[in-house]
Amino acid sequence: MSAPSSPLTRPRGQRIGQLLGTTTFQLASGIIALFVIAAAAIVWMIYAQTNVLLTEQVMTGLRREAEALTALARDGGTRTIDRAIAERSEPRGVQLYFLADGRGVRLAGNLVNVPTEVGADPRGGVFRYVAPPRVDAQQGVDAGTRLAVAIPVPVGPDRRLIVGRDVEDQRAFADKVRRIFLVGFGGLAVAGLVGGFMVSRLVVRRIEDINSAARSIMAGDLARRITTGGNGDEIDGLAQNLNRMLDRIEQLMGGLREVSDNIAHDLKTPLNRLRNRAEAALRENGGAGGYRQGLERVIEEADELIKTFNALLLIARLEAGAVEENMEVFDSGALVRDVAELYEPVTEEAGLSLRIDATGGPQIKANRQLIGQAVANLIDNAIKYGVRNGGVIGVQVVTGPDGLDISVSDQGPGIAPEDRERAVKRFVRLERSRTKPGTGLGLSLVTAVARLHGGTVRLEDNGPGLKVVVSLPKRLYSE
Amino acid sequence: MRVLLIEDDRETAHFLQKALKENGHAADLAEDGEAGLAMAESGGYDILIVDRMLPKLDGLAVVKSLRTIGHRTPVLILSALGEVDDRVKGLRAGGDDYLTKPYAYTELLARIEALARRSAPEEQETRYTVGDLVLDRLAHRVTRGGEPITLQPREYRLLEYLMKHAGQVVTRTMLLENVWDYHFDPQTNVIDVHVSRLRGKIDKGFSAPLLHTVRGAGYMIRVGAE
Repeated sequence: MSAPSSPLTRPRGQRIGQLLGTTTFQLASGIIALFVIAAAAIVWMIYAQTNVLLTEQVMTGLRREAEALTALARDGGTRTIDRAIAERSEPRGVQLYFLADGRGVRLAGNLVNVPTEVGADPRGGVFRYVAPPRVDAQQGVDAGTRLAVAIPVPVGPDRRLIVGRDVEDQRAFADKVRRIFLVGFGGLAVAGLVGGFMVSRLVVRRIEDINSAARSIMAGDLARRITTGGNGDEIDGLAQNLNRMLDRIEQLMGGLREVSDNIAHDLKTPLNRLRNRAEAALRENGGAGGYRQGLERVIEEADELIKTFNALLLIARLEAGAVEENMEVFDSGALVRDVAELYEPVTEEAGLSLRIDATGGPQIKANRQLIGQAVANLIDNAIKYGVRNGGVIGVQVVTGPDGLDISVSDQGPGIAPEDRERAVKRFVRLERSRTKPGTGLGLSLVTAVARLHGGTVRLEDNGPGLKVVVSLPKRLYSE
Repeated sequence: MRVLLIEDDRETAHFLQKALKENGHAADLAEDGEAGLAMAESGGYDILIVDRMLPKLDGLAVVKSLRTIGHRTPVLILSALGEVDDRVKGLRAGGDDYLTKPYAYTELLARIEALARRSAPEEQETRYTVGDLVLDRLAHRVTRGGEPITLQPREYRLLEYLMKHAGQVVTRTMLLENVWDYHFDPQTNVIDVHVSRLRGKIDKGFSAPLLHTVRGAGYMIRVGAE
């Protein structure tokens, strides 16, 4: 299994290519493109509108002057027009004039020449003309052609008048605006792309942190964690949660390891005994009778082994919550009494007495076999670890405000307070239980049964002795 | 007794076949579910021993099919799955008893003999008699040699079960399951103590004991020594 190399160690081109392919980058650039296009459309509309307005203004002025000049020609004749044009023509004015006679010979005006198509079209036209050079304080010498609009003005048959406006300044302004737009939006787009790129690099790098941590954990480094930036953003939150999840998994794995160690111990010891017995029978060579005895002892050991194995398997299945199906309604008090009675003769043989107080048990919906087994295990433990001769084993069923408590107490040595928590942990066996007969998994099984029913197991001081309380939740009987 | 064994593991099957033969039972073998179902349908068996996991047709399916077509032959299901709910599933499918692997052969033998007896019509007996021991099921009374014996309710049920299977080995697990209705391992020899108490009541003071311990297997009630 070869882990893919980190993008941070790849060649630059490949890295950028990978970056461009990331969701972050695609989202960022997409949004930027959208904004640039929208802004450009708006600005372009404003620009076009302004242009139209300005042109309109110029044309209105032109038409108005044309009307005035037409009126003047009607009233005053050609002479008045000739004079008016001569007066109005400034060498570098904004208002432009071209006056010629019927044959086309120029008479007056500040325009030297006008393209014939402008004069022929009553709507006028746009053309370039050569203006006399002007010395400007700011722009220096301004020479060359300038843009103009002009319309022909009807002033009688023996005169051709064309009135125009210099629009070079407006054109220059429009040019400038266009240039600014192009540069501005170009810059914006580039800045957006670069920004998107940077943002994605940042995000990708942090996601890559998570990826590389995940890869090394998959490769077996279970202690590895994701580095967090500490700024509390959402990626940090993700990293912290993932780290917490990893902690939990590691903890569970540790638990599993402990469990398998315990299982190995619990099964290997009797397996070893079994082997020893078989070997001993062979070595001693005690004839048919000896072999028979040896085989019987081997079978005994095998039976013990099977019991332990079954107990382990059952605990594992209970822990996995796999036995939900067989819930039935039964009288908890009657069950506890019943199981206790099963053990009564054994208890008496062990020199102990049994005190049963189970009158207060309600009808509960639970797995009868498992609850029965749990009670049996507790009584069995009490017999094994309770003090011999005259001791009392108490079996009680009490309903409290939080639920049902089934307790079994003995007057034996008890369990030290510091060991109590460990003793009810799954698969944990205190050392002394390993030396006693039986699987030693009794309490683990009780805990697993309680958990399956949503309950808990507590170990208390019976003063002297141990009191094991199985608390079952109220919902088992209030439903 | 004619036994049909439906089991795919050859070694287990041959071991069982041989052991059953030694105990005077004839055992036929089917190595997969389909063959087993066909053989069981042809009839003539007193008991079926069906492994739960079989090639071609699952053990539970075999039992279900048989029950659907009205076959009433008692079935003992063998399974590696031994939890409470597996058992219930096995019995729900139509099995009469359920034995978890690994099992002791004596346990298996005791159970199939008890099952075959159960299917016999003498189920409705109102009186069980073993020698001079009489259990009257209607009056709930036990006498030995005409003398009444006082038993606790549980002791009565224990004796009733033993006498119902008089002459057959009854294992501790069978007693726990049938008299107490517990399907779990009681850790200690609780049953032995109950039986010895019962023995104290029915055999004490009589020259011929009726309740015998069968070594490595369980108990048997019958006239005469082992």
